[in-house]
Amino acid sequence: MEPELKPALIPTEAELLREGLTARSDTWARAVWRRFTRNRMAVIGLGILLLLILISVLAPVITRPLGWGRDEIDIRYIRADPSARHPLGTDSAGRDNLVRLIYGGQVSLSLALSTVVIYMVLGSVVGAVAGYFGKWVDNLLMRLVDIVLSFPFFILALTIVAIRGPQISNLVIALIILSWPSPARLIRGEFLSIRERDYVEAARAVGASPLRIMFRHMLPNALAPLIVNATLDVAYIILTEAALSYLGFGVRMPIPTWGNMLSEANNMAVLADKPWIWVPPGLMIFLTVMCINFLGDGLRDALDPRLKE
Amino acid sequence: MRRYLARRLLQVIPILFGVSLVLFVIVHSAPGNPYAYLFGPRTDPALKERLMREKGFYDPLPVQYVRWIKETATGHFGYSLRNGAPVLDQIMERLPRTLLLTSTAFLIAILLAIPIGVISATRQYSLVDYLVTSFSFMGISLPSFFAALVAIYLFAVTWRIFPSNGMIEAGQPHTFWTVLYHLILPAFTLGLRDLAAYSRYTRSSMLEVLRQDYVRTARSKGLAERTVVYKHALRNSLIPVITLFGFSLPGLFGGAIIFETIFAWPGMGLLSFEAVGNRDYPMLMAVNLFFAFLVITGNLVADILYAVVDPRIRYA
Repeated sequence: MEPELKPALIPTEAELLREGLTARSDTWARAVWRRFTRNRMAVIGLGILLLLILISVLAPVITRPLGWGRDEIDIRYIRADPSARHPLGTDSAGRDNLVRLIYGGQVSLSLALSTVVIYMVLGSVVGAVAGYFGKWVDNLLMRLVDIVLSFPFFILALTIVAIRGPQISNLVIALIILSWPSPARLIRGEFLSIRERDYVEAARAVGASPLRIMFRHMLPNALAPLIVNATLDVAYIILTEAALSYLGFGVRMPIPTWGNMLSEANNMAVLADKPWIWVPPGLMIFLTVMCINFLGDGLRDALDPRLKE
Repeated sequence: MRRYLARRLLQVIPILFGVSLVLFVIVHSAPGNPYAYLFGPRTDPALKERLMREKGFYDPLPVQYVRWIKETATGHFGYSLRNGAPVLDQIMERLPRTLLLTSTAFLIAILLAIPIGVISATRQYSLVDYLVTSFSFMGISLPSFFAALVAIYLFAVTWRIFPSNGMIEAGQPHTFWTVLYHLILPAFTLGLRDLAAYSRYTRSSMLEVLRQDYVRTARSKGLAERTVVYKHALRNSLIPVITLFGFSLPGLFGGAIIFETIFAWPGMGLLSFEAVGNRDYPMLMAVNLFFAFLVITGNLVADILYAVVDPRIRYA
């Protein structure tokens, strides 16, 4: 005799959801988003970051009411104190600091984002090839990684920029040359551990080409740590660009970046008596990097719950 | 252990070779003639050509590389294009000062970070833990050179507690105390980032270890909490911290350039910065090679220490 199920004993979907026992499986993206939004700081970080990007993109519109162009010189107001005319004063060339601060994010953010995307792709391809083929290919590529990682990043970056010339393109090239090894190492490690999985074996058995196996089957499964690393690396590249620009070997005047605006503080008189010139760009770097770090932490927890501390 | 050591030492040779090759290619991809300004404006072009030819400027690059590596291997680093002094002498004069700065920064970071991390982990989710995690999060996000500028502004300009630059007062003798006095501000700000990073690292490593079975065993056999934490857990949680030593060297040496420039600390970093500004090629090659050598050695030491404290590594 069939046992009769009493309706009250069958939990509703809402109850299951509440218990975290839902049979309806979330899509991966929705599950990630749900875990991500649970982390309040990560959401705030993402929000501020989007706002900063918006401000940078709209800089020409936002600064119009201030009445000064990005590189416009107010010749009688050099290193002026804050006033209604120049809310954050002017720099050593008589340019409006507030206007330049708003423009400053343009180069810092776009340069960091594009650099990271390029070397993440480059490094992933190298790491994928090394991890998939193994043997001497792996050995050769990983020794190359060891070699590049043996240089103190900053000194070689400085050397490359000094030798190749002060264009922004050379700065990007230097950062790419020095940064591809870490995603390469990461993807290689992931590939070594998933190379023997059944689904890879299955793909091979049905005759998929190595390229297809590597980038269609394996890479998507190694993507989570790569995305987290890429996010945190954006913060690192912003800091490096700022430091290089501060020393005068990154982005040069008159193009403003938060880093080269800080180099005004190289002058002891500015450092000691005019903090409004150099403190705001420093705080902008700090804020941006902190938001990215929060975002990266949140993404790590959301993308791969196993990695959670 | 001996086999591990031998294997690890042998790995260094191809890496050093590769480092020198990469550096050579980068420096020789420079446009223009770096030696041009060694000649006066009225130098006879024919004489100039002859001298350049004698010096091997027009030799094929592989020939130049072999010559350079031979000289370098025997300790001949050439002469600075700037002041004509031997490169090696200048580096040797400045290297100890940079090592003093970076090792002090590292010591400050590690000696503060370990207790902070341990306290934070043993009181997880307490107010102290909350403060530590917030501050360390800010620490890893703070641009260190901005921190240095703020430190100068506060401690040297506003409150006048510490000097803002140099290693000694002009005209006064080198004594331990004056150097230490000048060292505090740059070393502390240089170590700040690592301090934040290590606190986070020690905390998570400690939390990991405190969850292990042998810690529960130690607790359940009635050991005092202090013994459990400091004797059983701490030792094991410090094992991964050793690798940080290797990881942090490039950052510390890179930081030395910025910090020595900001604080006018007359070490290798300032020397490198000047060499970059003057495009002083022999000096640039030498400082890059020296720093790379220091990083490789540091990684080697970290790996060996790791193998000493964790026998599992040796047999892997």
